[in-house]
Amino acid sequence: MEIPDGRKGTLKLMIVDDSNIIRRRIERSQQIARLEVVGAASNGRAAVEMFRRTQPDVVTMDLTMPEMDGIECVEELIAINSNVLILVVSALADKATAVEAIEKGANGFLCKPFTDRQLNDALEELLAEA
Amino acid sequence: MFKEAEIRTFVEGTTNYFETSAQQSATVGSPYLVTDGKPGAYEYTGVIGITGARKGIVYFTAPRGMLTVLLMRMQETDTSDENIKDLVGEVANTISGNARRDFGKHFVISVPVIIAHDSEKVTTPHSRSFVIPINWRTHSAKLVVCLE
Repeated sequence: MEIPDGRKGTLKLMIVDDSNIIRRRIERSQQIARLEVVGAASNGRAAVEMFRRTQPDVVTMDLTMPEMDGIECVEELIAINSNVLILVVSALADKATAVEAIEKGANGFLCKPFTDRQLNDALEELLAEA
Repeated sequence: MFKEAEIRTFVEGTTNYFETSAQQSATVGSPYLVTDGKPGAYEYTGVIGITGARKGIVYFTAPRGMLTVLLMRMQETDTSDENIKDLVGEVANTISGNARRDFGKHFVISVPVIIAHDSEKVTTPHSRSFVIPINWRTHSAKLVVCLE
């Protein structure tokens, strides 16, 4: 992934989840120096608007959300910037949903509930693609 | 008709939630059947509507004390009413979503509906529900599964 000049070494992270607790937990837990949180959205529609405005490099994406669900949101974000790295963070534990998310353009899938270590490992794995 | 054997999916989802999120195991009591349409509720309840291949609701209900400690175990310092409501919905959502591991993607879950401070408002669509009693630290809660 190409990182804009002046931002080398830092990637912008946007968090999408309808739970404030989960948004704050992801924000707290991610201790990877390369990530800077640039925004958090509580539904897919707000996420698309925020994505256009903040142009994040990395997104964590819930699936079950009001207004626009996560799968539809992944499609919209990929249509805007196909280089974005998306980690789906969802309670939907069936394989078919994970496969669908990956097919739509997500790069990884982390099942809720998760520990801080599982989250950091998933983000590290995602960033290895950057 | 919801089969008694299927209750295992929700028992496992409940124990996994506490082990992973709170890093502290919960004890799950013997699930029991309620047939009078009144499985009961505590102060905070997160209700998930189920559609698709199965129809009904799943709800997680707990007292404020338990949810406050659970938030703190998750390193969350904001224990406001808003965050307590958020948490009870998230627990219900997570356990219901995890059930798709066994029930598949046609077990469609809604976003949570939260009922707080009025347990009388918590109702089930059918008279028959399974109740899973949950004990965690000194607190009691329950997961109620009411499916056709």
